[in-house]
Amino acid sequence: MKLTLKIWKQANNKTAGKFETYSVEADEHMSFLEMLDVLNQSLLEQKKEPVVFEHDCREGICGSCSMVINGQPHGPQKGTTACQLHMRSFKDGQTITIEPWRAKAFPIIRDLVVDRSAFDRIIQAGGYISVNTGQAQDGNAIPIEKGLASEAMDAATCIGCGACVAACPNASAMLFTSAKVSHLGLLPQGEVEHSKRVQSMVTQMDTEGFGNCSNVGVCEAECPKGISLENIARMNRQYIGSVFGSQTKVEKA
Amino acid sequence: MPLKANSPEGALDNKWTKYRSTMNLVAPNNKRRIDIIVVGTGLAGAAAAATLGELGYKVKAFTFHDSPRRAHSIAAQGGINAAKNYQNDGDSVFRLFYDTIKGGDYRSRESNVHRLAEVSRNIIDQCVAQGVPFAREYGGLLANRSFGGVQVSRTFYAKGQTGQQLLLGAYQALSRQISLGNVEMYNRHEMLDVVIEDGKARGIIARNLLTGKLERFGAHCVVLGTGGYGNVFYLSTNAMGSNVSASWRATKRGALMANPCYTQIHPTCIPVSGEYQSKLTLMSESLRNDGRVWVPAHKEDVMAIREKRMSAKDIPEDRRDYYLERRYPAFGNLVPRDVASRAAKVACDEGFGVNKTGLAVFLDFASAIQRYGKTEAHSNGLHNPDPKKIEELGKKVIEAKYGNLFEMYEKITGENPYEVPMKIFPAVHYTMGGLWVDYNLETNIPGLFALGECNFSDHGANRLGASALMQGLADGYFVIPYTIGQFLSKEIRTPKIDNNSPAFMEAEKDVEGRLQKLLSINGSQSVESFHRRLGLIMWEYCGMSRNAEGLQKGRKLIQELQKEFWSDVFVPGNQDEFNPELEKATRVADFLELGELMMVDALDRNESCGGHFREEYQSEEGEALRRDDEYAYVAAWEWVDGGDPVLHREDLEFENVELKTRSYK
Repeated sequence: MKLTLKIWKQANNKTAGKFETYSVEADEHMSFLEMLDVLNQSLLEQKKEPVVFEHDCREGICGSCSMVINGQPHGPQKGTTACQLHMRSFKDGQTITIEPWRAKAFPIIRDLVVDRSAFDRIIQAGGYISVNTGQAQDGNAIPIEKGLASEAMDAATCIGCGACVAACPNASAMLFTSAKVSHLGLLPQGEVEHSKRVQSMVTQMDTEGFGNCSNVGVCEAECPKGISLENIARMNRQYIGSVFGSQTKVEKA
Repeated sequence: MPLKANSPEGALDNKWTKYRSTMNLVAPNNKRRIDIIVVGTGLAGAAAAATLGELGYKVKAFTFHDSPRRAHSIAAQGGINAAKNYQNDGDSVFRLFYDTIKGGDYRSRESNVHRLAEVSRNIIDQCVAQGVPFAREYGGLLANRSFGGVQVSRTFYAKGQTGQQLLLGAYQALSRQISLGNVEMYNRHEMLDVVIEDGKARGIIARNLLTGKLERFGAHCVVLGTGGYGNVFYLSTNAMGSNVSASWRATKRGALMANPCYTQIHPTCIPVSGEYQSKLTLMSESLRNDGRVWVPAHKEDVMAIREKRMSAKDIPEDRRDYYLERRYPAFGNLVPRDVASRAAKVACDEGFGVNKTGLAVFLDFASAIQRYGKTEAHSNGLHNPDPKKIEELGKKVIEAKYGNLFEMYEKITGENPYEVPMKIFPAVHYTMGGLWVDYNLETNIPGLFALGECNFSDHGANRLGASALMQGLADGYFVIPYTIGQFLSKEIRTPKIDNNSPAFMEAEKDVEGRLQKLLSINGSQSVESFHRRLGLIMWEYCGMSRNAEGLQKGRKLIQELQKEFWSDVFVPGNQDEFNPELEKATRVADFLELGELMMVDALDRNESCGGHFREEYQSEEGEALRRDDEYAYVAAWEWVDGGDPVLHREDLEFENVELKTRSYK
């Protein structure tokens, strides 16, 4: 299949970027990233600059890939990262537009690569359980209801790719943040420091420059791992409960 | 050089306890003045960095990824073993130890493996406390499943994403130490050399991948947790960025590389679909519980399938060869990984491969669908169900068990595995070899430690399923925090390491020279094209089966490829910018040398064991023939630039297990 690609090229975050047009010959069994490999190989053979994109595991779990394909983060197939998207989802002769995540809190590094370290800082603000190695009691000491454990697991499935932010018209990180707040807060081990966690993480999220949630719901629709909007609702309840109903007060930095 | 394993004296089950209670400690006020560098933030590295930070050391942690959460540990599917015996099915520390030694085909060190089995129990406790959402039973207690090669149920899991959840646990513990200021985190920094001063590892040279600048970091010791080298084969289940460079740079500075030829080929991966293929995807081992492996028994059927004149369903039962069930009636489709992989290779070598490349076999769920369907119908009170109903009910059971895997298969291949059998083929998955370490996980260079997949220590010649996660976390959480004190207790008077000393400046100059050389060749072939060619040579001559002639030829071909690489590679751009092609070039350059060493090691080992199958050494039935009298040793190699690698042997002593031939017939 013959394709036309319009790809965002930007040398770094200090220069302006623009779309470049390329054509590429692809096979329907290729993954989307393999199609870009073919493009880069041909660019290198002509001694031209390849298109820079982030990728690693190529099996939909590391969360590295970060491209908006024809207006949709990770492309047209539901519940699928760009690396697991295959060219059979496209038609011969089609034009495909490829852009990086666009959000103030995710500055562009080069071409399709963005800086997502804001997510790390949100986790550092409280996305953990305060337990040192060696302090743990026996793993079976606290039984956890099967349904609850699997609800926590569903929230913990988030791969931290940032598609939710890229999809949201407000570039909000509520789905990402609430998934971690839910995962830890649902479990008895994490409930103990829950009040502080939810305030700290939300405060950090705001500091990073992510937008607010206005219940559009596109984050859930575009999430390659199907993280549910319920997590946002839960975080909102818990945040309000923590601010007004507990002794914990986290100051803004 | 004499290799001292430094295993403590005494009875096997008391070695670690006694050693731990009597080893040297570093006082809290001294820990604050000691710097430790941890390279790699996967399970082993992140667990080590977090725990060392908790203990009060000043830790600097490095990853080439944009975040520690992206390390390839995240992709492990199946689970993590631990000798908890929660199932009351006869598991114990000794049994886990024994299974691991036997599964490794008696090529690992008893004392290390026993310690691994001991601390496996603490790992589960620790992970639960961190909030890892392991699967649970209705009573709220932890669930287990069984895995290949063992007779107890000791594998803990979190859906098919156990690696992800364990890594996130370690990442969160690390994030907490970062926020407390105990760990300084350097994302997008790649280690390009280790600095040795007065014979001790005292720091690293890293490239800031964003700016391209080289930076010198000093510390009292250096800990590597940098993973395996499966990508030397180009096509593997490893992530695209997984590389050997940190370990290989250490090897170039005098560390020994042990058993590099021990690679694990996983039997159930999605086959290669074309020339453009960039990586291979694993289908969990658990599928072999219900899937039956077969190829057509007649060549004309094979051709008809390849030419799409027939489909698998058109082949009647009596014209199929369920070769695992035929060759290994006792274990059938559940033989260990190395055995299953070799059998698939034999079938394809004989011309029975079922896709256009001839490199695929069927994994068929039709009988399982029938079996489950009938059981379901019966339990629903349907006594004369029609075949359609049976199939419908059976598919539901299969979906509940393997739904996400079937979905992934369909995404990648475009075929529906509920209707047609999966096509699978073995692929490189894990490397048992790695840096030689003693009982303290210290390499032969004092102050340089290696944890997890990047060391050689625990899996011998073949790793059992669900043991990689166990080893990574054992090393990081429960071994290195203790054993590092043996070295550091002698360093409390060492002042802060000066990163402007001649050793640092020289190492930086070396790296600079290497990068400039790569950029200046300005040849005509891409880095990727060299990597692919290296992979083909490795797979052909050092893959699932090897022979002396092929290994000699393979080494020669690699040497030629090295020369071609260093005279005709093309790396675009500059050093002082974000330049992924340059990153790839440094990694492939290192793979090119490692590949040569793997050939040398495989040629030296005149026996077949675990993942290393030498065609000259097999029984009359074609099974692996181990030669314990001559080869019960660890082959630790000293690299010599431009010359022949030098072998150092660590003889393995087995005091607690009897060496037997593995049989699955």
